[in-house]
Amino acid sequence: MADVKKIATRDSYGNALVELGNLHDDFVVLDADLAAATKTGIFKKAFPERFYDCGIAEQNMMSIAAGIAATGKKVFASSFAMFASGRAFEQVRNSIGYPHLNVVIGATHAGISVGEDGATHQCCEDIALMRTIPGMTVINPADDTEARLAVFAAYEHNGPVYIRFGRLAVPVVFGDDYKFEIGKGVTLKDGDDITVIASGLMVGESLKAYDMLQEKGVSARIINMPTIKPIDEEIIIKAAKETGKIVTVEEHSVIGGLGSAVCDVVCANCPVPVIKIGVNDTFGHSGPAVELLKNFGLSAENIVDTVLKALNK
Amino acid sequence: MDNLTQKQLKITACKVRQGIIEAVHGAKSGHPGGSLSIADVLTYLYFEKMNIDPTDTKKADRDRFVLSKGHAAPALYSVLANRGYFAVEELKNLRHIGSFLQGHPDMKNIPGVDMSSGSLGQGISAACGMALSAKHFGDTFKVYTIVGDGESEEGQVWEAAMFAAAKKLNNLIAFIDINGLQIDGTVEEVNSPLPLDKKFEAFGWRVIVIDGHNFEQIESAVKSAYEETERPTAILMNTIKGKGVSFMENQVGWHGSAPNDEQYEVAMEELKNALAELEAE
Repeated sequence: MADVKKIATRDSYGNALVELGNLHDDFVVLDADLAAATKTGIFKKAFPERFYDCGIAEQNMMSIAAGIAATGKKVFASSFAMFASGRAFEQVRNSIGYPHLNVVIGATHAGISVGEDGATHQCCEDIALMRTIPGMTVINPADDTEARLAVFAAYEHNGPVYIRFGRLAVPVVFGDDYKFEIGKGVTLKDGDDITVIASGLMVGESLKAYDMLQEKGVSARIINMPTIKPIDEEIIIKAAKETGKIVTVEEHSVIGGLGSAVCDVVCANCPVPVIKIGVNDTFGHSGPAVELLKNFGLSAENIVDTVLKALNK
Repeated sequence: MDNLTQKQLKITACKVRQGIIEAVHGAKSGHPGGSLSIADVLTYLYFEKMNIDPTDTKKADRDRFVLSKGHAAPALYSVLANRGYFAVEELKNLRHIGSFLQGHPDMKNIPGVDMSSGSLGQGISAACGMALSAKHFGDTFKVYTIVGDGESEEGQVWEAAMFAAAKKLNNLIAFIDINGLQIDGTVEEVNSPLPLDKKFEAFGWRVIVIDGHNFEQIESAVKSAYEETERPTAILMNTIKGKGVSFMENQVGWHGSAPNDEQYEVAMEELKNALAELEAE
């Protein structure tokens, strides 16, 4: 896919904020001294008077965001996923989640693909943390197209939204006609033998795996699941009934993320085997992002191997 | 402040204290000590100062209040009830299943509560957010918050203090309730955050020290804060924890426990007598 356009979803975030800024003047953007990295710096450059740097104080920033939202205004609060969901968890829960305020948390640098910074910054727990908060919407966009649409949808949404963006440039897999709706999964490829449910940058890998599996005579259904909460139960139950086996793929811990959310639905409605590909209850480590992803089994090759094994092939 | 206004505020504050005891006794739990210490300043804000309307609880230009020391909810609820946001009779349902009066302030369900709070340190940050919002969007409302002296051991209080000064939030007034006691003992011996005046000054705030039970001093401090053009103001109020109920005053044990039936009768009798005295003045 060398000729495919690549863009990091954090860039999509910054660009979408500028687009939104041109349309609406009822929101502000907060960051915690990471504007250059989270790409809210793009917004800051376009609308310097609508950008507030809270400095290196993420807990304060989340409660500041809550205060702004409590006055009836919209606000985006941005940091790395580790600090937005981890360090400031309790502020997000109590100041934003409990009063169900309209705060959009733009969390970048999620997952292993942070790369060289290593374990302290490679947050693989954020989805698990955020989805336990009642009323919190959790979105993990797959590419530039979806990330942009997710930012627009989050702006319109009533209630808190956590959106997870990546540092690594990833292929743009969706065209301009792609439709995004909070809470809806999308069947990207139909198939009968097994279903692969992916989110974030693993969607691109799953599509690669689809082609490789076809060559081996396996008909895999590929579902993109951008919204982890509320999750699209219908599309999961249908897949469980029609294909009998599910593989989930995410750049997140296998504990508490997409895989767990899919298991919750499958267990309660239509028990079938679910095999989870993700970060296996371990911390990350330093290295180039692309190599790390392979290292952690977050690759089309591992999806193919896992699917074949699940099908006893 | 004229004598009549002062007298009226004292009478109201006494009724607010009755409501606090009623609520905590009804709940069989809660925080009477730190509620009684802020009864006077809350009475001043809600009955004398703030631009609010109990019949239009969400009006856009209202002044905002955040009870950062959210465990003093009985005081806020009693003030709101006495001000007409809901029936005073509701106070005894505090913390009951099915009651809208949650153990800590809940903005979604309690008329007049501008911000949910209770996890210490977060309320002052939310108040900063409100003040920033007002400045950014050109609103003229003021934002008031009450922070506990024990609460100021939370690091987030100082993140907020730094932010408020850096962003020049002169529309923010933080009362610091210095009653000197927290759950495990005196504020000084637990993990002293003192001196708070020098700390707030060092963080770039205007600091005013007052007797938190003196309405004239409260008023003149707030008036003075209104004149600030750049700095946020911290009004450090020296208060008595448990103020108004003799056996609760300055007793650390009354931070978080409710009076039994007998103690309730004694407290209510004391407040009834105090009220009668004030009214006879």
